[in-house]
Amino acid sequence: MPGVYILDMYYSVEHCGVYVSVRQSILAILDQGSSYGYRLRAEFERRTGATWPLNVGQIYNTLDRLERDGLVVKGETDAEGHVFYSISASGHDEVASWLRSPVLRAETTRDELAIKLAIAVTLPGVDIDEIVRLQRMSTMSTLQDLTRAKNSGGDPGSTDELAWLLVVDSMIFQAEAEIRWLDHSRSRLTRARAEGLSATGIQPELPRRGRPARSEPTSTNESVAR
Amino acid sequence: MSQELLRLTGVSRQYGRGETAVSALAGIDLTIAAGEMVAVMGASGSGKSTLLTVAGGLTKPTSGEVVIDGQWISELSAKQLAVVRRRTLGFVFQDFNLIPALTALENVTLPLELDGWRARDSRRAGMDALASVELSDRAHRFPDDLSGGQQQRVAIARAVVGTRRLILADEPTGALDSQTGELVLRILRRRVDAGAGAGAVLVTHDARHAAWADRVVHLQDGRIVGQTSQGTAEEALLGADR
Ligand SMILES: Nc1ncnc2c1ncn2[C@@H]1O[C@H](COP(=O)(O)OP(=O)(O)OP(=O)(O)O)[C@@H](O)[C@H]1O
Ligand SMILES: [Mg+2]
Repeated sequence: MPGVYILDMYYSVEHCGVYVSVRQSILAILDQGSSYGYRLRAEFERRTGATWPLNVGQIYNTLDRLERDGLVVKGETDAEGHVFYSISASGHDEVASWLRSPVLRAETTRDELAIKLAIAVTLPGVDIDEIVRLQRMSTMSTLQDLTRAKNSGGDPGSTDELAWLLVVDSMIFQAEAEIRWLDHSRSRLTRARAEGLSATGIQPELPRRGRPARSEPTSTNESVAR
Repeated sequence: MSQELLRLTGVSRQYGRGETAVSALAGIDLTIAAGEMVAVMGASGSGKSTLLTVAGGLTKPTSGEVVIDGQWISELSAKQLAVVRRRTLGFVFQDFNLIPALTALENVTLPLELDGWRARDSRRAGMDALASVELSDRAHRFPDDLSGGQQQRVAIARAVVGTRRLILADEPTGALDSQTGELVLRILRRRVDAGAGAGAVLVTHDARHAAWADRVVHLQDGRIVGQTSQGTAEEALLGADR
């Protein structure tokens, strides 16, 4: 399978969000019939084009948690020592509901880049244009790698290949979206600078008056200091 | 070292004079090798179209040199330049530039006929080019009877017809949906990868399309502010022309 390493690289930051899907994916695979750790790992990797390699320890951890939550049942051990797990009725329901529900992006991604730019724009003496320029080139290069990987794959003659293409396309569109956002940010910054905005360093402590304590449910139209 | 198809050295281009002069290109150095596809990106007004028309010998640079396939443009007569353009260059204009009085097929075969191809040969080449953009069934329609995206595909067929080796395409996917856009990129890629010494420069706003290129050149205010290639993010950054 081409391009696997590239995909790893690009996704290494997003593993936090991905774990949720690993749990659901393992469960969905078990919904097809009972299986054991090594086999589940192989199935997961086959079905996602080996894009997110897992170690078998992660699989067993996941299985333990699924068992604890009553979604799978630990069964027989076969002659070779494989411990078989099978899905429970509530596990089956969970799979159905996972497939039915949209993935809420906002809950799964913690966007480091957005945070980085937001912080950088407030720091005096930081060349934010240069940060945006370098990030854009880096993401563009990733996008080129992904495109090359996609184009060097075969025709989607099998569902495995098709599954892999869907995953690569998703990454391609995400990289593209990031580039568009960076271009948008660049013109926003240029415009803001033309209007005389500049970074401020640490803001002096503001007077208490008019600033509600964080947990108090007071006025809703409090505007953020900029 | 691979063969050089196009070289721009210190190319600048100004429009107008004095106070109102616009510097559309400022000191561009760019080389395209045979077998290479290069994408040019940049904000509106950054000089992409100007770069392409200068590279294609359609606009004279205010200063600097343009060398197309070993020929110094500044040393050619208008007639010689026209021959270079016809034989070596395929140009896709941002606004298509089809001739309204000619059918799709006639538009595509025009450069071949001007170049003295036999009618049968140019017709066959023209139909092949139209087939590659999936427009065989519209060959005898006039541009006015085609949709915007179809006109764009005719313009692409006209640029790649025959054996032209340097394709210069200004937003060739601008009017196309995502799948048809990929079809066009596949055509350009195939031409460049065929090992026949072809190369392409592609102007685009679409990062997904630019990513099909071997190299992406980033323009800003008429200058190259960076270049990226596959798998070389770090190197590209270090080598950025700044
Ligand atoms: N014939 C002309 N006369 C005067 N100025 C021109 C002419 N052609 C282009 N320009 C100016 O040169 C600059 C670069 O124009 P160019 O058409 O190369 O930009 P571009 O990057 O292709 O933009 P777009 O993405 O909008 O097509 C612009 O500021 C434009 O106004
Ligand atoms: Mg233009």
